[in-house]
Amino acid sequence: MNFFVIGLNHKTASVEIRERLAFNGARLEKGLLALRQTRGVSEAALLSTCNRVEIYASADNAPEAADAIKDFLATFHDIARPEFEKTLYVREMSEAVRHVFRVASSLDSMIIGEPQILGQLKDAFEFALAKKTTGVILNRLMKKAISTAKRVRTETRIAENAVSISFAAVELAKKIFTGLPGKSFMLLGAGEMAELAARHLVNNGVTDVRVANRTYDRACELAKEFCGCAVRFEEFVSALVETDILICSTGAPSYVLFRDQMQKVMKQRKHRPVFIIDISVPRNIDPEINKIDNVYLYNVDDLQEVVDTNILERKKEAAKAEAIIEEEVEKFSHWAATLDSVPVIVALRQKADDIRREEIEKFRNRFPDLDKDKMDAVEGLANAITNKLMHNPTVALRESVEDREMMTIIIKKLYGIDGEDDE
Amino acid sequence: MGTILFELALTGYFVAVIIGIVDLFKGGKESSRLMISISAAGFILHTASILYRSFAGGHLPVASMHEAASFFAWCVVLIYFSLEYRYKIGIMGSFILPLVLMLMLTSAFLPRAIVPLSPVLRSHWLWIHTIFAFVSNAAFAVAFGVGTMYLMQEYYLKSKHLSGLFKRLPSLQVLDEINHKLINTGFPFLTMAIISGSLWAESAWGRFWSWDPKEVWSLITWLIYAVILHLRLTAGWRKKRAAILSVIGFIAVMFTFLGVNFLLKSAHTFQ
Repeated sequence: MNFFVIGLNHKTASVEIRERLAFNGARLEKGLLALRQTRGVSEAALLSTCNRVEIYASADNAPEAADAIKDFLATFHDIARPEFEKTLYVREMSEAVRHVFRVASSLDSMIIGEPQILGQLKDAFEFALAKKTTGVILNRLMKKAISTAKRVRTETRIAENAVSISFAAVELAKKIFTGLPGKSFMLLGAGEMAELAARHLVNNGVTDVRVANRTYDRACELAKEFCGCAVRFEEFVSALVETDILICSTGAPSYVLFRDQMQKVMKQRKHRPVFIIDISVPRNIDPEINKIDNVYLYNVDDLQEVVDTNILERKKEAAKAEAIIEEEVEKFSHWAATLDSVPVIVALRQKADDIRREEIEKFRNRFPDLDKDKMDAVEGLANAITNKLMHNPTVALRESVEDREMMTIIIKKLYGIDGEDDE
Repeated sequence: MGTILFELALTGYFVAVIIGIVDLFKGGKESSRLMISISAAGFILHTASILYRSFAGGHLPVASMHEAASFFAWCVVLIYFSLEYRYKIGIMGSFILPLVLMLMLTSAFLPRAIVPLSPVLRSHWLWIHTIFAFVSNAAFAVAFGVGTMYLMQEYYLKSKHLSGLFKRLPSLQVLDEINHKLINTGFPFLTMAIISGSLWAESAWGRFWSWDPKEVWSLITWLIYAVILHLRLTAGWRKKRAAILSVIGFIAVMFTFLGVNFLLKSAHTFQ
């Protein structure tokens, strides 16, 4: 039995190809069931996200099954094989196991450490489980992929640091204030990034929201969206007295807040700390303001720098994660290898058992008058001898990994077990 | 017996500090946890050694510099643990335990004999005065450590240099809150220590105040912390400035405690 992965992701395929090979909605079930029926495939699961389409399968003959799956992809998605074949990767055995573990641990993601992929993978396997397309190998593989991903998450800091500007703003706010619940927040201006950051702040518990905008109607509109109140643009400076976090993103060509204004505000708010995020380009807030005590001003470049160092840090952590994955792949391969030895063990035991039974039968025919006690004792003796003789070879077969193939051949020769493999 | 307990406690703190320092440079939750457990073991042994000396000497063991430094250290650890229990800031120990170790080492190098208390000092005031004094000193010592943490974190945020300990230090608000609590506790205790001390002086020597160097320096310390609290209330001197003052205040505390004993002649100087 051989396990393999066949698929494509954001690194190997353009979005056009990924789109065409994706299994969306109802096509997922149809695809999965058809996949299971594909020639040579004995277990299958299917993962389809916007960044990757992957098929996990086991088969007796992996290359043949993989080839059949490629044909299946072409017919199912009505796309000529040469169009997508180059973007596909096929991994077998421990390579494939490593691949699944890396995907689950988010090492293969566009943004390393992003958490969604594990959930998507879980869903994919649960779906396959529900549709009964998986078996011993895939079930075990999935369990191990999840536990490996969890290990990676707890033992490394791969997912700890924000890797988007809006999350970086929240992360910084949490280092200035104990918690965001109860803190007040003002959005000055509008813009996609500013609104996203605002949403993250609200999701993290900021309750008291104000929105100021040059057009008051727009302010009212946004205020409604964040369950806050609108502030007239001319009044935003005085509203700052009651604001702990300010996100500024106006289209103004020059500064809208100056140092002496802010100094007055700070005095009025008794020097309670303020966190100001200036996302606007050109900048809208006088950078001198950062020199005032208890004011923390970050502009878009500062935040980008935070994000860049965090990404770098994640890459460093990824090396640790790879080591953990190596360990888990090793363990899994060991387990998978024991599966292969099972048929020989069974055959060997069967052979010993047959011999024992035959000899007992002969013995019984030769001494038909033997009383039951003695007969039982003889049977016991025969059992003990066969078991003891079989014990060492069984253990050796089960535990050998590197030299399993050779061992299997030797055992078969020594005990005269017939050549038929597996099954 | 008392000596062995003391040595073991000292060893415990020593190991905890080493872990704490390693923790600062490349640590994580595990090393912080290890530091806390080992210092907790040290603290239990330390408590035992202080109890042992109390029974052996028949009074609170603060009659020699050896005993005083050890008791001071014990109070610091006690406050540290109560804060760690409440706030769970693993890395805090790395800033506070080195102070404990310094006090313990000071104690270790001084004569350890149990000295009889001079008859003038044998009074209930000993308990009252010294406990107030040591708790206030210990609170200020911890405020020093927390103030240092605040200043580091503030530096990271202001300079936008978000590396090193930035991720592991707690938020400015928490650090400021702890600092404030400590000074709010330390200050009334110091006030009580000075008042009870002068009442004791009256009953022992017949004078409330004799401008003894220890008295003068306690007064200076008291004034520094009074200024911190005053500015906090009136001028909004919170946060950074409060943190700086709590660092300066602690220098005065240490001078009152060690400097006066070693450099100046005072009625508080131990024999």
